[in-house]
Amino acid sequence: MSVELTGAEITVRYLQEEGVKYIFGYPGGAVLFIYDELFKQDKVKHILVRHEQAALHAADGYARSSNNVGVALVTSGPGVTNAVTGIATAYMDSIPLVIISGQVPTAAIGQDAFQEVDTVGITRPCVKHNFLVKNITELASTIKKAFYIASTGRPGPVLVDIPKDVTQQKTIFDYPSSVSLRSYNPVSNGNSQQIKKAAQLILSAKRPMIYSGGGVILDDASEALTELVRSLNFPCTNTLMGLGGYPATDKLFVGMLGMHGTYEANMAMQYCDVLIAVGARFDDRVIGNPKHFYSEERKIIHIDIDPSSISKRVKVDVPIVGSVSEVLNELIKLIKASKEKTDAHALTEWWKQIDLWRERDCLRYDRTSTVIKPQMVVEKLYAVTKGDAFITSDVGQHQMWAAQFYRFDKPRRWINSGGLGTMGFGLPSAMGVQLANPNGVVACITGEASIQMCIQELSTCKQYHLPLKIINLNNRYMGMVRQWQEFFHGNRYSESYMNALPDFVKLAESYGHVGMKIEKPEDIEGALEEAFKLKERLVFMDFITDQTENVFPMVPGGKGLSEMILV
Amino acid sequence: MRHIISLLMENEAGALSRVAGLFSARGYNIESLNVAPTEDPTLSRMTLVTIGSDEVIEQITKQLNKLIEVVKIVDLSEGDHIERELMLVKIKAIGDDREEMKRLADIFRGNIIDVTDKSYTIELTGTSSKLDAFLETIERNMILETIRTGASGLGRGERILKV
Repeated sequence: MSVELTGAEITVRYLQEEGVKYIFGYPGGAVLFIYDELFKQDKVKHILVRHEQAALHAADGYARSSNNVGVALVTSGPGVTNAVTGIATAYMDSIPLVIISGQVPTAAIGQDAFQEVDTVGITRPCVKHNFLVKNITELASTIKKAFYIASTGRPGPVLVDIPKDVTQQKTIFDYPSSVSLRSYNPVSNGNSQQIKKAAQLILSAKRPMIYSGGGVILDDASEALTELVRSLNFPCTNTLMGLGGYPATDKLFVGMLGMHGTYEANMAMQYCDVLIAVGARFDDRVIGNPKHFYSEERKIIHIDIDPSSISKRVKVDVPIVGSVSEVLNELIKLIKASKEKTDAHALTEWWKQIDLWRERDCLRYDRTSTVIKPQMVVEKLYAVTKGDAFITSDVGQHQMWAAQFYRFDKPRRWINSGGLGTMGFGLPSAMGVQLANPNGVVACITGEASIQMCIQELSTCKQYHLPLKIINLNNRYMGMVRQWQEFFHGNRYSESYMNALPDFVKLAESYGHVGMKIEKPEDIEGALEEAFKLKERLVFMDFITDQTENVFPMVPGGKGLSEMILV
Repeated sequence: MRHIISLLMENEAGALSRVAGLFSARGYNIESLNVAPTEDPTLSRMTLVTIGSDEVIEQITKQLNKLIEVVKIVDLSEGDHIERELMLVKIKAIGDDREEMKRLADIFRGNIIDVTDKSYTIELTGTSSKLDAFLETIERNMILETIRTGASGLGRGERILKV
């Protein structure tokens, strides 16, 4: 028998039916009825953050590390505006989220009511889609659509704005078992003719290069990618978003590419004759100046779920629109069945060239320094965690060192804000990662500037006993800003220095956590070992690092991939 | 190059602002835009006139297709099509000019749909360039006001945009 439920009951029932385990949020006037329903059940666990931005980042970290849709709940007005940074972060990196936001009652919409903003309008440019539910009869089907849209095709955040009166009204609840939208039908199979063309081009390559991005992670295609790369013996690079898509410890991996990519990866990108781009989008931080990139001739195969990513910044020769895992599996089949083989001689020559580039040892740094080098902290972290931790990061130099020196062998282990570059992402996203992986070791590599953007979440970590390890690379500068000022602004360190830093050890302790300060290189390893032994505790490790260390290599803005500044 | 892009979209609140927002966010031109419901009230049809290189137009159509509420899209300029725009223009019509303005309207197959002792309002339909041509034949100070709908269009013959 059908029963009448309120909008708030429907919302919570729906989340239960979807199997949502955690919802990250912060209560407020417009969502009180929903919170009341959350109170009456225990299937969906609510995680109370200390700021709505963190709710979004936590849901985001949850989604990135688990391939489930992350769910956040915020109130109207400031609840939503605080969440916008987190929504935009997820949008830029194509992360599946459903955001439920409260709205003032329908009759008050447009009246400049208390805590009213045009949520649909404000979030429109940074969501995959959004809805305002004005009629309770549409509530259940709208939430269904939101989950469907968020998690299919090129994933992304979808927001459902629910006015308070809609959460109070009643209607008969039928769980919508299926969803179909005549205007939204994402493709998954690639065009078979195009895949054939790609296979031929791959087999004819003399200097091939495989370049994979976040799409491989999002589509769980790293096994297929690894099989393809190994069967061909081709060099492979990953973007910042794609790290872990191909095992970093494998000899065919040439490191990350792009602005702070390795010399060998960038040179191989520039001088290859056939480039296979998989779930990547040729963005400005990856290929630098597109004109310079064009100055060398090469054929490009581009596999992506989103047609608008293809030929956006770089014109490609063989576009394939489809799910990267399906297309890769088709390619593997075709290449296996083909009578043609790759040109072994040419490939040997190409690898010789790549090995010469590798000899430049572009990631070297002073290992004998008496002050802590940040790179060494990441290397030791890698060793102490045996390469098996989940690593989140904030944004800046520490993010690049984490990407360069922690070698990710598995997908969904490297969690960072690549597209939007959101400082403050590291700590709250790590909370989501820990909840999604309760037995996993989770570390947040951050800096003293970034960490302070969401430092209040140390309180959330205490409440839910999240034993994160925070690796604070403290150089008393906004390191990446300082680096650019050193290189491009005549050493004028305009506002990139903070001279009133907190005592992070005491700060951590005041939140009920363990704080450690490490000042000497010889103490790094021991301190890390000690911290990771405290399995039940959050440990805030404040590493006092070299103030003026720079990230190398670097492709300066507007320059080409072969125009790197080397150490 | 000038392109006329025609799209069918869900007739829902906010759909128009998604299209307009996309154009401003990505820096594309909108020369004109019009929208109204079709014979199926759940669908609206929009005609957009834009100018851009082939690469830009390709991105525009791809980005429009990505909008969840856009059901179908066609670049009419890619093939044979019919284009019409409606213009209402109010002009001074005093003394000798009254006869001259009437003749001009006739030449362009316009209709005078409102007359006062000092002005005519002329209704003119045609391609956007025909309407431009009409305005160019009239001295600027004779024109009191104009309103144009922006171009609408359909593919010719078998070229049909329908769900």
